[in-house]
Amino acid sequence: MATISPSRWLPFEKPLQEIEEQIKLLEEYTASHGIDRSERIAELHTRHDGLSRQIFSNLSPWDKTMMARHPNRPYTLDYVKLIFDDFIELHGDRRFGDDAAIVAGVARLDGQTVMLIGHQKGRDVKERQFRNFGSARPEGYRKAMRVMELAERSGVPVISFVDTPAAEARLEAEERGISESIAASMALMSRLRTPIYVVIIGEGGSGGAIGIAVGDHIAMLEHSIYSVIPPEGCAAILDTFGRDGSRGHEAAQALKLTAEDNLRLGIVDEVITEPLGGAHRNLLETATLIKSSIQSVLPGLQALPADVLLAQRYAKFRRIGTFHEA
Amino acid sequence: MPDTMPSPPPRGSKTAKMHMAGIPAGLWQKCPKCNALLYVKELERNLRVCHNCHHHFRLSPEERIAQLTDGDSFVEIDAGMSSANPLDFPDYEHKLALDREKTGREEAFIYGDATLDGIPIVFGLADFNFRAGSMGSVVGEKVTRALERGAELGHPVIFVTASGGARMQEGIISLMQMAKTAAASERLKAAGQLYIVIMTDNTTAGVLASFASLGDVIIAEPGALIGFAGPRVIEQNLKVKLPPGTHTAEFQLAHGMVDMVATRRDLRGIVSKLLTYLSPASFAPEPIDKVLAAAASQRE
Repeated sequence: MATISPSRWLPFEKPLQEIEEQIKLLEEYTASHGIDRSERIAELHTRHDGLSRQIFSNLSPWDKTMMARHPNRPYTLDYVKLIFDDFIELHGDRRFGDDAAIVAGVARLDGQTVMLIGHQKGRDVKERQFRNFGSARPEGYRKAMRVMELAERSGVPVISFVDTPAAEARLEAEERGISESIAASMALMSRLRTPIYVVIIGEGGSGGAIGIAVGDHIAMLEHSIYSVIPPEGCAAILDTFGRDGSRGHEAAQALKLTAEDNLRLGIVDEVITEPLGGAHRNLLETATLIKSSIQSVLPGLQALPADVLLAQRYAKFRRIGTFHEA
Repeated sequence: MPDTMPSPPPRGSKTAKMHMAGIPAGLWQKCPKCNALLYVKELERNLRVCHNCHHHFRLSPEERIAQLTDGDSFVEIDAGMSSANPLDFPDYEHKLALDREKTGREEAFIYGDATLDGIPIVFGLADFNFRAGSMGSVVGEKVTRALERGAELGHPVIFVTASGGARMQEGIISLMQMAKTAAASERLKAAGQLYIVIMTDNTTAGVLASFASLGDVIIAEPGALIGFAGPRVIEQNLKVKLPPGTHTAEFQLAHGMVDMVATRRDLRGIVSKLLTYLSPASFAPEPIDKVLAAAASQRE
């Protein structure tokens, strides 16, 4: 049970917060007064576990949205350090600049080379600004494309970590072609002659997410979200929700943005169960689970002839859509 | 100008206001940009471009087809394809029903075979009046089928885009149409075919960030709103003030995102020349199901 700072408790975690604070007090009391309260502490731990299980197996889509954006939630580079060896970061799109909201580079996994790309959010105020809150600019997608082409030439698989609220929409991004960069990146991924493994680790936000999420296997962490629009944005533009951004919880429900929904709808192939209480409660375990998923999927994809791999990838996205024929 | 043309009521007069309120017998239409009163028949002859300020009015799909394909050559495909409500999204079916009634169409995208100056093409276009041309399953599927048809038949594909972006009510399924249509655009190009996109007012968000931006040649209509997020959305959400003239066809031309801004009068001629000059290479791609079937039989 990792302790998280009080300001970072989510509303539905309140009952857990109370227990954890009690445990802490009792532990301090034990230490300062030399009176053994271990029995009571053990009892509280059991209650905490039971309550956690109950809370985290019943999260609403809006709760999940909060989890996906939890300030303590692990980000791409947290996982990269634990899953891979010898990560060498590559910078820049060779056209305009280097976007820190998308990281890219080569690394090793079980003695073989992989190419990594992923959105990167910042932990503190300064880094959040540096990472642009994980909202990638055209340079980010173009950097990703550059290293993916290198992966294709080197015959190594691409592993993509998705975690963005949305692509950057400000004027600078518009001027440099944010739309074209996302479109071109999806187009490239659809024809890249090397396996692509995608995992959504936090926010799978709209075009910003799909721009690096076209692949052969799409995994999603249990408490991450994948959506065409942030729920607040959806509520703010649709009269269905009174064009009221504060009705995001209703839009979250309607949008079917949870991992479970995405699996049921056939958008993702796998949901990776998170440790009790969420990925941030046990980073190492979460990293191990993602690593196992990659290890179990990659060999099968690497065994396929490139033409078959591409045909399967095309067919995978081709079949998504529900409609009535005349 | 025909001599049968009635003279417009004087601007600002009581008569003008009265006439504007009722728009007498559909003879006159006011330009939303310069407020000039335009004689409808004359406006139509001018391809619905304002004589005074060159504002390009939105065209109906029928007008667009008439302008960019040979008379009667257009044969629509999958006209009856209609939306389901895969997410069970509140209000969606009601809204679809309203737009079906309003437009007389099943959905926001129309495609089919046609010729342009005798050259066979696959022609697709959006109906902005249907859910703002937004892309859900049906639009994504039709765009994809049109691009695949171009690849299979060895015909160039010409799209006229107009869209507010992804269809919110189909959520993540709409987002996936971006990947699906981008992949299909690649398939057309891999088949050696020409892909021309004509961006009209407005072309934004999920459509701009997928198949629309992948055209080999991209032509924009003057003044069209073109951008990832609309300027109003940016100003509201990011609390910034944008300079005038951003997110327009001219802005995108200045930033290298479109090949040209062409007035409607010139459009057909330009497209026709491109079709003639850039003759297709035609590589005839292997059908996907054939590749998959071959792989499956190999495994057995």
